[in-house]
Amino acid sequence: MSVDTSKVATSNRTDAATASKPGPAGSLASWADDRLGLATAMKKNLRKVFPDHWSFMLGEIALWSFVVLLLTGVFLTLWFNPSMGHITYEGSYDQLRGVGMSESMASTLHISFDVRGGLLMRQMHHWAAAIFIASMMVHLLRVAFTGAYRKPRELNWVIGCLLLLLGTLEGFTGYSLPDDLLSGTGVRAADGFLKATPVAGSYMSFLLFGGEFPGESIIPRLYIIHVLLIPGILLALIAAHMLLLVYHKHTQWPGPGRTEQNVVGFPMLPVYAAKAGGFFFMVFGVIAIMGGLLSINPVWKFGPYDPTKVTAGSQPDWYMGWPDGLLRIIPTGWESVIFGYTISWNVMLPILIVPPMMLVILMLLPFIEGWITGDKRDHHLLQRPRNAPTRTAVMVSLMTFYGLAWAAGGNDIIAIKLHLSINQITYFMRVAIFLGPLLAFWITRRWCISLQRHDNEKLLHGYETGIITRSPEGQYAERHLPINETSAYTLTARDRDEVYTVGGDTDASGVAAPNSRSEKLRARLSSWMYSHNVQKPTRAELEEAHHHAEHEAELQAGLDHPVDGHQFDDHRLRDTDDVPLRDH
Amino acid sequence: MRLLNRTAGRLSRHRRGPLAGLAVLLLGLLISGSLYAAFSPAQADSQASETEQVAKGKELFLASCSFCHGQNGEGVPTLRDGYQLGPSLVGVGAAAVDFQVGTGRMPMASPGQQAPRKPVAFNDEEVAALAAYVASLGPGPAIPNEADYSIDDLSEEEREEAISRGGQIFLTNCTACHNFNGAGGAMPRGGYAPTLHGVEPKYIFEAMLTGPQQMPNFSNGNLSPEEKRDVIAYLGSLEETPEYAGFTLGGLGPVSEGLFAWVIGIGGLVGAAVWIASHTTRSKKSKVNA
Repeated sequence: MSVDTSKVATSNRTDAATASKPGPAGSLASWADDRLGLATAMKKNLRKVFPDHWSFMLGEIALWSFVVLLLTGVFLTLWFNPSMGHITYEGSYDQLRGVGMSESMASTLHISFDVRGGLLMRQMHHWAAAIFIASMMVHLLRVAFTGAYRKPRELNWVIGCLLLLLGTLEGFTGYSLPDDLLSGTGVRAADGFLKATPVAGSYMSFLLFGGEFPGESIIPRLYIIHVLLIPGILLALIAAHMLLLVYHKHTQWPGPGRTEQNVVGFPMLPVYAAKAGGFFFMVFGVIAIMGGLLSINPVWKFGPYDPTKVTAGSQPDWYMGWPDGLLRIIPTGWESVIFGYTISWNVMLPILIVPPMMLVILMLLPFIEGWITGDKRDHHLLQRPRNAPTRTAVMVSLMTFYGLAWAAGGNDIIAIKLHLSINQITYFMRVAIFLGPLLAFWITRRWCISLQRHDNEKLLHGYETGIITRSPEGQYAERHLPINETSAYTLTARDRDEVYTVGGDTDASGVAAPNSRSEKLRARLSSWMYSHNVQKPTRAELEEAHHHAEHEAELQAGLDHPVDGHQFDDHRLRDTDDVPLRDH
Repeated sequence: MRLLNRTAGRLSRHRRGPLAGLAVLLLGLLISGSLYAAFSPAQADSQASETEQVAKGKELFLASCSFCHGQNGEGVPTLRDGYQLGPSLVGVGAAAVDFQVGTGRMPMASPGQQAPRKPVAFNDEEVAALAAYVASLGPGPAIPNEADYSIDDLSEEEREEAISRGGQIFLTNCTACHNFNGAGGAMPRGGYAPTLHGVEPKYIFEAMLTGPQQMPNFSNGNLSPEEKRDVIAYLGSLEETPEYAGFTLGGLGPVSEGLFAWVIGIGGLVGAAVWIASHTTRSKKSKVNA
């Protein structure tokens, strides 16, 4: 290997070297640095390292679609008139000309048909909202399945859950604004949900609507919530979420050279600035294409809201679909009357109890897991979903619950498109909503555990080459070859699970240990979570396996050509010096 | 002129004569007789063909409909109280038959929750015969004329008004089942309100008039013929209006929008993320050995 000597000093001069005159960009940078002190702040952050994996970019979809939401939203506010004042529509859309409606509906139609690019902006805003919340959920699943919510990121997980909640509320307030038939039906439903609250319900409804539904205040109030209150909180929480991301550093997949103390990846500049910036344009592009080509929320077809009207296919936007689904499948007769007041369990359970409960469960997940494991270490290396079978199974069962409730929310569309009976779908869902998550839990956990076994097989017996050899006795067997060291390292780079056991209920003097009851629960949960897991092989087991493999190789040493099987595949051991690694 | 006057004068002189009444009577009988002779054969013919049509309709009815509707269209009850194989057709009128048979819904392939639209089993003549037969069972709504549901004879301004009025009537009375876009919707136990896209105006009018299957009956007292016409005009205008917003995703509302947000939006963007992450960026093309 030759050494490039061009960069080695060629003189022994004694006077100090002076910097050459900086270019225009450099002098501008120094000008700014002298006044703003940017260099110190940038020095660290420009070199900030991001690990490379597609699943780490899911949150970015949410971030960039939020940017699109801000941009398109500002455009829409320029023409939107959040007023319930009654006027007669006289705009360009023929079918509604001469129809009385609120000013907010009329201005929405004005944006759609009389403002250049208005319909595109409206549709981009709506698609971006749908994608914003969807990407938050996908990101949340990635974080949960890889165990990235463990210490020190529990609070960031909670912030993320709050972002999901706020995004959902922001979406609801947003699609209610045009005051069209569909959104009015949604606001009517929300009014019903408020009123289902025992004791305070009707007061809350009167407070929100400024009187009896619908009144004339709800649209202006939702508007200010939609454009100021929630976006403000969202921005603040997104900022906190990202600051914590910078503070904690990014998590990474385990592998050679990757430890809990470092981050292996590419720096912000030039690599990740380009990747993330490029990704922004892709998100923007996808949303623009969808806004341009795919219709969303065609309010002119719904017409203005009128409490006497309703349309088939009255669903909320997708993220509100699952409580709607629960509402659709709950038996209608679940009510009780106390002192002449009706308690509507059939509305309270699916809307006021289960969804907030799900959110609380979601937020508590890292804390519950942390309590059971008693693990106080920082974790920056991710876990593969299979290596935490119970956590993975819990998430899948929550997803199954969500998915079934979600599907129930579209029961009428499923009925007409799949030629099913809406009643049968409802009966099926009433059972499936309980059995589905259990079944999903069991299947997922067994699946994960068998994948763990498969990993151990690969470590101890190598991978299946697909090469069948025949022994002198005529016996056929498939050759297994050892996996390479990188793979072996990655597969074994995980902790052994420890099942927590209670040391003893009473000490020597017969005094019960403090917290022994909760400790017992903790021990039981720990055994439930971890006792089924397959642990990675021990050093002795691995050495024994290697010894066995070497012995096999020795048997073939006398042959004139290697018959290790590598002659048939691409796993031949290579000399790194003379064969360059595949260049990306 | 004088001659005419003279003749009139002479006739006038005889008008009170003893034979005048007889002559007028004879003249009257002659005229009415000739008129009868001139018109009666045709009338007798049409009567004969209508009876023939009814008879032909009855034949078809016995072969294709009577199994469920009874041999005289009286309906066939099942053993369960209040349930029937087919309802009585007395008084449903020609419009109901024209709708049900003309759109292929009847005869049904099998009894069920829904009589779906399918290829028509009879030709126009046979449909007319069946309609005539069922209309003969009792008075009911007749098949509407094109003038009933066409807005062609209205002025431009009246047409626009008719369309926007029809839209509001449609949203009040129809969208609860047929959806805002006329795309259709689910009904209990596997039934459905069918799509209104591409349905001939005549059949929409007849459906409102007769209330087929689970549809309520919008009689002329309930929804006047003009209002029915306006609804049809609105639906027609929806089909003529270009889709300003792009592909409608089936016009089914937020469910299909959610599906597209996930499949195309999230699917596409996750694909983009995989692509970005799998390509490592190089700052320089040539390798530096140092």
